[in-house]
Amino acid sequence: MFRLVTKDRALGSALMLIAVLVGSILLLVVGFLARESWPALNEGPGAFFSASGWYPMEGRFGLLPMLWASLLITAGAIALAAPLGLMNAIALRFFLPPGLAAGYRALLALLAGIPSVVIGLWGLVSLVPLIALWQPPGAGLLTATLVLALMILPTVALTSSSALHAVPSDWLRGSAALGLSRWGTITGVALPAARQGIIGGMLLAMARAVGETLVVLMVAGNVVQMPSGLFDPVRTLTANIALEMAYAMDLHRSALFVSGLLLVALVTILALIAGRLGQGQVHAA
Amino acid sequence: MRHRWRDRLLTTLLWLSIAVLLAALGWLLADLVWRGWPGLSWSFLLDAPRDAGRAGGIGSILVATGLILLVALGTALPLGLGSAIWLNEYTRAGSRAGRWTRLSLDILAGVPSIVFGLFGYAFFGLFLGLGYSILSGGLTLACMILPILIRTIEQGLAAQGDDWRQAGAALGMSRASLLWQVLLPVSAPAIATGTLLGMGRASAETAALLFTSGYVDRMPEALSDSGRALSVHIYDLAMNVSGGDAAAYSAALVLIVLIVFINGLTLGASQVWMRKRVSYGYY
Repeated sequence: MFRLVTKDRALGSALMLIAVLVGSILLLVVGFLARESWPALNEGPGAFFSASGWYPMEGRFGLLPMLWASLLITAGAIALAAPLGLMNAIALRFFLPPGLAAGYRALLALLAGIPSVVIGLWGLVSLVPLIALWQPPGAGLLTATLVLALMILPTVALTSSSALHAVPSDWLRGSAALGLSRWGTITGVALPAARQGIIGGMLLAMARAVGETLVVLMVAGNVVQMPSGLFDPVRTLTANIALEMAYAMDLHRSALFVSGLLLVALVTILALIAGRLGQGQVHAA
Repeated sequence: MRHRWRDRLLTTLLWLSIAVLLAALGWLLADLVWRGWPGLSWSFLLDAPRDAGRAGGIGSILVATGLILLVALGTALPLGLGSAIWLNEYTRAGSRAGRWTRLSLDILAGVPSIVFGLFGYAFFGLFLGLGYSILSGGLTLACMILPILIRTIEQGLAAQGDDWRQAGAALGMSRASLLWQVLLPVSAPAIATGTLLGMGRASAETAALLFTSGYVDRMPEALSDSGRALSVHIYDLAMNVSGGDAAAYSAALVLIVLIVFINGLTLGASQVWMRKRVSYGYY
């Protein structure tokens, strides 16, 4: 008996050690980003937001044009994906018969699982030339927004649909018994009841969009500039890291790590708001 | 009357949304098959890439991808299993240590993959001196998939009612043997689901591998060699190699088939898990 208790204690301590190790990965990530960013941050963090543009050779590291590109593409993608995704979620919950809904859900899961590099490849080879016929060069703000919207669409649809499924069916039946039409029930009862979960899912989709690299790298055009039109080629924070990390030295490299820290800050804010909304679903499987 | 028009409009918009999604997905898949299929053959799967990947195959790249996945899962699975067991079996509900660990994992789950790439480059590559290697890339991916792995295994363990634990305690079993003999076997489908989810995510990843496992497309001879993952190969062919589109599409088709296969296994495993839950009568 005594031997067993000691064994259990030892196992408990070993497991705790593993969990503490795993729990501190986040600290390790942020710590190493901060360490590598230090030389550039030391030059005065204001320079990242006041310097007019990104000219690493001249030591000017203004992140604003790329931050704007990241935010605009994300905002556009969610503006497109939110209504489409929500409508698909409503269809899954209220319109499709159960068998068909299961198949459609599997199809959405398939789309959610397509690697971003493959979606980017399709955008680059199929969509960019099509848009170039109309507005050359084709790769730019609008193209990136469209492709990114397609990428986050299944996430929005699947999280919204599970939020809608969590609404007690008694409420829906009660509303039907009161004589509300199907859409009356949806807009008057189901959507308000599922609001928090739906918004939480959209915030998570936004976090994914801000951090997405391959799609924007392949179809956004990669020119560092303040976007002034829908078809302007732009470069996002993530694409900039992917493009320049391979050869960046010294302060230039350090500035890329600063943009990494900025990205972590952006997605953490989104995740915390989503968590605040009482939605524990960080992992949209 | 007014409502009837609104209802009709909304219903039209709803079917239109489904049509848009199906059209986009159909276009994407048809494009992949149409452009990728002609280049597929056994020699494409087995041969080494030639002429920067325009000709030859993806043999060495598949080997490198497999090794990267092996390192990632081999590291993440024991760590994830240990953490999930500790979180679910050894912490009191709502304890501070458990809460902080979960919060840290939730934030880690949202960290963009390109940032994992930066971290992996600085920590595994430079600080630990692993350089551009399969080991660097695999370990970086392990950090990336740990949150989803832990979350899934934890849910699997939590779904087993306390009856098992109480019965075990009443029989005088140690917690270690209760875990080993009872809880882990009945949670096996959840563990499999988590592992497959992590595998799917890891094989789809590109950004985290660009500066960790690198671009070298030779057959890797050791884990300390640089190895090019399939996703990195697709990116490189599409962006940096003119005339590489056809080979990129064939490689993308291989990657999609691989991922659909993994997804199918995940779905199967999670269905076994759900059925198990039901048949024991807890829900």
